[in-house]
Amino acid sequence: MDILARTEGDICIVAVRDARIDAAAALDFKEAVRESTEDAPPQVILDLTRVGFIDSSGLGAIVAIMKHLAPERKLVLAGLTPPVAKVFKLTRMDSVFAIFMTLEEALRAEHV
Amino acid sequence: MPNTSEFKSSPQDVTFTACPAFSIEALSSPLAVREVLSDVMMRLKGLHLDAEECETVELVLAEVLNNVVEHAYPTPDGAGPIWVDCVHRDNGLHIRVCDNGRVMPGETLPTGHIRVPDRDVDDLPEGGFGWFLIQDLARDVRYERHGQQNRLEFRIAVAFGTPRPS
Repeated sequence: MDILARTEGDICIVAVRDARIDAAAALDFKEAVRESTEDAPPQVILDLTRVGFIDSSGLGAIVAIMKHLAPERKLVLAGLTPPVAKVFKLTRMDSVFAIFMTLEEALRAEHV
Repeated sequence: MPNTSEFKSSPQDVTFTACPAFSIEALSSPLAVREVLSDVMMRLKGLHLDAEECETVELVLAEVLNNVVEHAYPTPDGAGPIWVDCVHRDNGLHIRVCDNGRVMPGETLPTGHIRVPDRDVDDLPEGGFGWFLIQDLARDVRYERHGQQNRLEFRIAVAFGTPRPS
């Protein structure tokens, strides 16, 4: 799973660089994000700008990551493409996560 | 092949749709699911579905196939064949997925409810989203155990009134 994590001040930005978070990728994805956020600051932004497809396994993995990071660290989602946003909306998980249209918006909100 | 007359291409299907009926066979694995999805979406190109319709078809079929890979052919059982049959009719895409794996618990479809807790992160579900999405996005979902075979049929309400090719 191709992910890239960088830290800007007290925010860790984890960018997913693969186009799919599906059943074939979910376990790897979960592990990769866990590893890259081990010493992360309290704010973690998951940048999904490049992800064009997510299924229920991918959604479950993101929920598991949020639970793993809590309560010390807060997971914020950014850059949801329409198919990804749709899965969050249908399953009502959009009411559980803080979601921003773009990474810039998420950064602005988290810096306040 | 688990083809019955209902899912065979009739002369009507061939004449009146830009997407002739098709069947795909694959050996179960998470990567095979990706390949089948990509194959199906390619074959549906003639229907000129919009982006949202494509997303719906791909998501529902992904959830159905993932379920077969995970639960009909769980790891200790080894891989097995999956058949996908697709026919385009007036009221949408009719898809049937068959496998020779384990029977659905209780020989019946899961209901697919999602319980969203008020605010307690620890109680959030990490699974169970799949059947919810299938039941929410697909129509006429039917499951049948036929001898040693699972048959799941559903309709996706897209491509109504697609212009007939001249």
